Amino acid sequence: MSVLKYAPEALKNLFKPPVTTKYPFEPAVYPEGARGHIEIDIDDCIGCGMCVRSCPCGTLSVDKMAGTWSIDRFDCIACGYCVEKCPKKCLHMIQGYQTPGTKEGSVTYTKSPEQLEKDRIAREEQAKKAAAAKAAAAAKAAEAKAAAQPTGLEQAAAKPAGSEQAAKPAE
Amino acid sequence: MGKRSVIPFGPQHPVLPEPIHIDLVIEDEKIVEAIPSVGFIHRGLESLVDRRDYNQMTYVVERTCGICSFQHGMGYCEAMEHVFGAEIPNRAKYLRTIWAELGRMHSHLLWLGLLADGFGYENLFYQCWRVREKVLDLQEMTSGGRLIFSVNKVGGVIKDIDKEKLDIILSTITEVEAELKVIKDTFLLDYSVQSRLQGVGIVTKEQAHDLGACGPFARASGIKTDMRKLGYGAYPDLDFEPIVSATGDSYARCYCRIMEIFQSIDLLRQAIAKIPDENELFTPVKGNPEGEYFMRVEQPRGEAVYYVKASGKPYLDRFRVRTPTFANLPGLCEMLKDTQLSDVGLLVLTIDPCISCTER
Amino acid sequence: MAEVIHPEEQLLEIDVDQLLTKAMELKKAGFRLSQACAAYVNEKFELSYSFADDKTYQYTTLRVVIDTDTEVPSITDIVPPAVFYENEMKELFGVKIKMINLDYENRFYRIETETPFGPKEAAASEEKKEEA
Repeated sequence: MSVLKYAPEALKNLFKPPVTTKYPFEPAVYPEGARGHIEIDIDDCIGCGMCVRSCPCGTLSVDKMAGTWSIDRFDCIACGYCVEKCPKKCLHMIQGYQTPGTKEGSVTYTKSPEQLEKDRIAREEQAKKAAAAKAAAAAKAAEAKAAAQPTGLEQAAAKPAGSEQAAKPAE
Repeated sequence: MGKRSVIPFGPQHPVLPEPIHIDLVIEDEKIVEAIPSVGFIHRGLESLVDRRDYNQMTYVVERTCGICSFQHGMGYCEAMEHVFGAEIPNRAKYLRTIWAELGRMHSHLLWLGLLADGFGYENLFYQCWRVREKVLDLQEMTSGGRLIFSVNKVGGVIKDIDKEKLDIILSTITEVEAELKVIKDTFLLDYSVQSRLQGVGIVTKEQAHDLGACGPFARASGIKTDMRKLGYGAYPDLDFEPIVSATGDSYARCYCRIMEIFQSIDLLRQAIAKIPDENELFTPVKGNPEGEYFMRVEQPRGEAVYYVKASGKPYLDRFRVRTPTFANLPGLCEMLKDTQLSDVGLLVLTIDPCISCTER
Repeated sequence: MAEVIHPEEQLLEIDVDQLLTKAMELKKAGFRLSQACAAYVNEKFELSYSFADDKTYQYTTLRVVIDTDTEVPSITDIVPPAVFYENEMKELFGVKIKMINLDYENRFYRIETETPFGPKEAAASEEKKEEA
């Protein structure tokens, strides 16, 4: 049993500089790879909605047609699951925490006009291709209709699956 | 024989870091009975299973508690891996162990600080938290988050700790060990600390067993139990023995936790020396889970039980986490009997309560 | 190398009327109550009472599957720490447990809805609120 066991250490502490930093006057140092907030390279985004479906707190939304991606930063828990899931790797976890604010609200990122134009052209081309493929498939189906039933069934089965995927991002 | 009266204690109280409310039935200054009630911050995290799939749940489960966050995620992922029957890569097991032990160190240092604050040793409180800050910096450096790591995934981990960072961990824990020795001597040998802790709130081995106590609370009463012995993570390869004390008073609980920090440092050294060099960090799991499993994990506060039940859907049927504080509450009530009113604040602290994760 | 002690977990499916005797047997065998929880699966309650042995690390779970209106006897007389678990089951799921030693009368958690985890009719109101 001893008295004043801590006194030497306490005395030492008296003459040491503080271990804390004067934060607003000195910059905060984040280590590499710190999970602060999500940033997006919006022009690389293909609007697949993978991040929206994976987000555990439902803070993201994507509009493929308008080329926008929005995030409510006050709902985001910075888990990084969307970053992991993004097929184009256009989402990044950046250092620096979300600063406090007076009102909530989501931040919307919109693609640049050039990229939007490119997307529109790509979409039109794809639509054309799809229409052509559809016509070909229809012709083929008509041809095969008499011959074999299963192909028709397969196509019918493929359709609802497609429509489901289209419906999901809108949720 | 004095007149009985009831004093409400908490949920807001200067020494209590956690919102627990206890109705204390007192006779003069002595406590006759203590009736706890929790439930001020029930968040319904368990009910989220029917709206979040099993991968998203990893992040929900991690946020059950801010202090043992990593171990929550780890317990859940290990349970899911049992359901899937997946064997995770060895390196992932070691990484999980390293993070888990860092988490244990910072949790116990936090508790030591709170304890010092509880008995009015403000200086010691700051010292403990100053040491803890180093551990937090290690956590931020390795995982990207100071407390909530988000590195777990069903099937492994998503981040690696490279060689240089492991070396930084080694050098930092050596510093922490040196600083900890000063704190340890103060806690265990100082006269004023001893007089506040020794012989207060004694829980015998039989009582602790009957009341279902777990973790350092049970070990301080002489029950030699440590869920790490079950062999999850990399613990089968590491050498350790549960730290047990026989007296069962506040001092014993303090002793167990301090020694566990040293044990964690030792385990970290062993794990870093043995970590295998692999590139694989996770095994992909396929399909939907089916089956059920009870996973037990030794958290800083004791044994946590994760129950998952799945029936072939991406959404689990039931997820349940029983946190150590929930199991230690009956022990706390028993311990409070026959103690002085002025000791209550400190005694509640000695079970290391974490009410937010108790209520989920 | 640390020794790994991990006996296989046991899951015993029992009837409601066996619960007290089985709990008593386990307690006599030196087990402590590790956890108790309910689950609402296929319109039935599944109650799991898990007992752990601190020496052998054996984990034994008693599983009782009951209809939603079956009454369950409380094990608090045999295993006192079960009181919080049983209050939780009663409050979150609406399991009818009788004779709890310390019954919080649905005030264990301070929540607005009754039995939010239980059968859906009762939980419907909460879900509506969440959607709104």
